[in-house]
Amino acid sequence: MKRIKEVMGGDFRQFTMVIALVVLIVIFNIISGGRMVTSANFQNLISGNAYVLVLAIGMVMVIVIGQIDLSVGSVAGFCGMVMALTARDLNFPWWAAVLVGILIGVLIGAWQGFWLAKLGIPGFITTLGGMMIFRGGVIWISKSISVPAPHELKMFGAGYLPEWGPAFTGMNNSTLLLGVIGIFAYAYAQLRRRTKNEKLTGVNEALWPVVVRIVLVGAVIGYLAWLFGTGRPGTSFPVPGVILIILVIIYHIITQRTTFGRHIYAVGGNKAAAALSGVNVPRTYFLTMLNMSFLAALAGIMFIGRATAAGPSDGTNWELDAIASVFIGGAAVSGGIGTVLATMVGGMVMAVLNSGLMLMGVGADRTAVIKGLVLLAAVAFDVYNKKQGRKSIIGHLFPGNKDKQEGGASGASGGSGGDTGQS
Amino acid sequence: MSDHTPILQMKNITKIFPGVKALDEVTLEVRQGEIHAICGENGAGKSTLMKVLSGVHPYGSYTGQIIYQGKEMSFKDIKESEKAGIAIIHQELTMIPELSITENIFMGNEVRRRGLIDWDEARRLTVDLLKRVGLSLNPNTQIKNLGVGQQQLVEIAKALSKNVRLLILDEPTSALNEEDTENLLNQMRELKSKGITCIMISHKLNEIAAIADSVTVIRDGRTVETYDVEAGHVDEDRIIRAMVGRSLENRFPDHVPDTGDVIFEVSGWRVEDPLIPGRLICKDSNFFVRAGEIVGFAGLMGAGRTELMRSLFGRNFGIYQRGTIKHHGKDVKLKSVSAAIRQGIAYVPEDRKVLGLNLLDNVRMTTTSANLKAVLNHGLIDSSLEYRAAEKERKDLSVKAASVEVGVSTLSGGNQQKVVLGKWIFTEPDVLILDEPTRGIDVGAKYEIYRLIHALADQGKAVIMVSSELPELLGMSDRIYTICEGSITGVLDRKDADSEKLMRMMTTTSDAAAN
Ligand SMILES: Nc1ncnc2c1ncn2[C@@H]1O[C@H](COP(=O)(O)OP(=O)(O)OP(=O)(O)O)[C@@H](O)[C@H]1O
Ligand SMILES: [Mg+2]
Repeated sequence: MKRIKEVMGGDFRQFTMVIALVVLIVIFNIISGGRMVTSANFQNLISGNAYVLVLAIGMVMVIVIGQIDLSVGSVAGFCGMVMALTARDLNFPWWAAVLVGILIGVLIGAWQGFWLAKLGIPGFITTLGGMMIFRGGVIWISKSISVPAPHELKMFGAGYLPEWGPAFTGMNNSTLLLGVIGIFAYAYAQLRRRTKNEKLTGVNEALWPVVVRIVLVGAVIGYLAWLFGTGRPGTSFPVPGVILIILVIIYHIITQRTTFGRHIYAVGGNKAAAALSGVNVPRTYFLTMLNMSFLAALAGIMFIGRATAAGPSDGTNWELDAIASVFIGGAAVSGGIGTVLATMVGGMVMAVLNSGLMLMGVGADRTAVIKGLVLLAAVAFDVYNKKQGRKSIIGHLFPGNKDKQEGGASGASGGSGGDTGQS
Repeated sequence: MSDHTPILQMKNITKIFPGVKALDEVTLEVRQGEIHAICGENGAGKSTLMKVLSGVHPYGSYTGQIIYQGKEMSFKDIKESEKAGIAIIHQELTMIPELSITENIFMGNEVRRRGLIDWDEARRLTVDLLKRVGLSLNPNTQIKNLGVGQQQLVEIAKALSKNVRLLILDEPTSALNEEDTENLLNQMRELKSKGITCIMISHKLNEIAAIADSVTVIRDGRTVETYDVEAGHVDEDRIIRAMVGRSLENRFPDHVPDTGDVIFEVSGWRVEDPLIPGRLICKDSNFFVRAGEIVGFAGLMGAGRTELMRSLFGRNFGIYQRGTIKHHGKDVKLKSVSAAIRQGIAYVPEDRKVLGLNLLDNVRMTTTSANLKAVLNHGLIDSSLEYRAAEKERKDLSVKAASVEVGVSTLSGGNQQKVVLGKWIFTEPDVLILDEPTRGIDVGAKYEIYRLIHALADQGKAVIMVSSELPELLGMSDRIYTICEGSITGVLDRKDADSEKLMRMMTTTSDAAAN
């Protein structure tokens, strides 16, 4: 056991999640008689869920600042519809239509951010309003009819990477390249972290756990690359997956390595202390909400690319999947805790459940029941773990205390008190 | 008064946290009806010992024996220890500010009649309980409208409502001014006369001298010694020696001030209360600080010292009305906290849990949180730079933590305070505002912090120190301003100041008394 822990390194929780995911996949594969782990199914899994995961990236940031965004599904649907309409009725080229859709997303984000940051209306209310407004909006502007999307968008929603180079590899060479890059990047990051730790702390982490880690993860990446790369001719690792990976990398860096990222965690952890450390709390709220709607627009467009048409009910209930992914990924409702990477694992758990249950022929009704139970179980497991480790903290005994003191309107007035002072 | 049968024996208590042995075979014996003081350095394990006793750390998470009223106890949670008559008042107050006194006192212990809460009865009981601790307040008052001293007494009233036999107070006076402290100590004497046993953790040796019947000193998780004292005759030096392992001749280090020009000057500063329109919390304050000077601010609780400092610090508090700040002779407008930080002003807040720390962070992230740009490399946070910076502050302030990667929530109160101080020193300020910088800090560490403050002054920084402890202000400041009800009522040079004069100026609003 101790050895296993060493291999996992510091991130015990994340690794248990990944292992749970792998176990889930294996179980489904056995039950479904090998239909789970196939090239086609995995390709579908990625392109069919990439848009939810894109939403989850923004959602984890919103939840870390201690807010929630219920409007993402409506906003995604609305932006997608605007894009489809500008392309069809105004004859915009596809890329201009996409830009318009994204711009509308940003504007909607600014609108929601304004209510939260400037007026201090809690995000729950702001976005509950947004959810209704933009759902109504989609139906209104589309007159309840589906609108075909520019066919170029198919590439982003369900496209595949190009085929090139020698044939002897026996697989899609783009995917192969992606896998090789992935393995090297992981190995490099692990080794660099080890040397850096050693230089800083003088403690020499044994080399073998690092090597075992690299070999294990490398094997998984390699296997996945092979799986994705050997599907039907013309298929590969899906383009929406590539978009997702790029976004995950960018947002991982934003949240972990930039000042803005630190501010998000600071505001979520203790708003008053953050304000006294020079963090502009309203601005952090504003930008986080803005970013969420930007990603919602992106997700909506990716989805429509796959569906080839924008429908009036696109995006219904997406917010629930995104929020569930974030909490299965270990974020805290009270804010301050949660990461993009863990959220992606949480989102994949949901996606695998969806796909596996479908393969088993379980209906949508029972799938929803199971997903709900899994969400509860994952969060309960988390809470239990935390209790074990950190029983003594007063804050833990009285979790409502801090929130009561600064939550809601009173907190926002503390934030905007400075603004009032200027005038 | 106290007979010799022990009400409580804790034998060979060992408590291990991941990576820290907080308690190592600690033994504690408390006799029926006495006031027993526990002293020790920050992080010695005092709070942990009391948490073991009160079931916060449940039976099974530690080793050793607790024998209470002759029986061995195995508390699984606070509820069980409360049932046995043990109540703990934590270092940080834990009442809910938005609720009334009655609601807080009977929280989790509601008075019921036919299944519903009987609020009339609860309020009646509250009035009685408050009377027992010498308070006459409306039981419907919200906790947030009480001063810290009154809140402390309400906590005691809450304990009394549970028929407490053994009352544990973890640093009860650290946030109180002298008057409230005196009042609290009197209440403790009162409880003692009613046969209630008290355990009190405190860093203030004069209080221990005033009230304790016996003292136990803990160092590095071990009991160093226990002995009886005669109230009023405590050998403070003996306690200090036991606590830090050496004797401390002076409470305040020697320092020859080397002051330069005025670098921070505030004039006509007027600020309105953010909640009550028209009420001023700073009434046209004027003051200045020279480079290398340590300027104290004395005032009673609620006089408006913290409010003044926070309004200066980027208008973090209150509604600015008028007034100017001159920094190095130039008028500056500090409209936001980040502008103030950029100007080289730092404010170390008084309440570390609420204002100073994000308890989810580790020491490393806390240290850099007010000055992230110092650890940026090509626009991204460089974890090596950050680690080294945090490690340096940790060493400079001798913070007791296994590494800078441990969470600040696991540090002892005093060490948390040092981390907050380090966070602000890391912003490289030249005007440093310290609000109660030594609250809850042990004598040895206080001495270090005083030395550090001197060192900062010697680097030419202007230091403003707000403190409720007059001896500290008298020992450290080159000049002392007094504040009463939002007005600065006077200023005294170190050589002219004594506590009597200060006390008088702190309680009169007219300037006449000052001159
Ligand atoms: N929940 C916890 N997890 C890990 N370590 C802890 C935890 N609680 C306390 N510690 C560690 O145990 C030691 C003793 O802490 P404790 O709070 O008992 O000190 P203390 O004597 O009360 O100090 P202070 O005077 O500063 O309040 C410290 O080193 C602290 O870091
Ligand atoms: Mg303590």
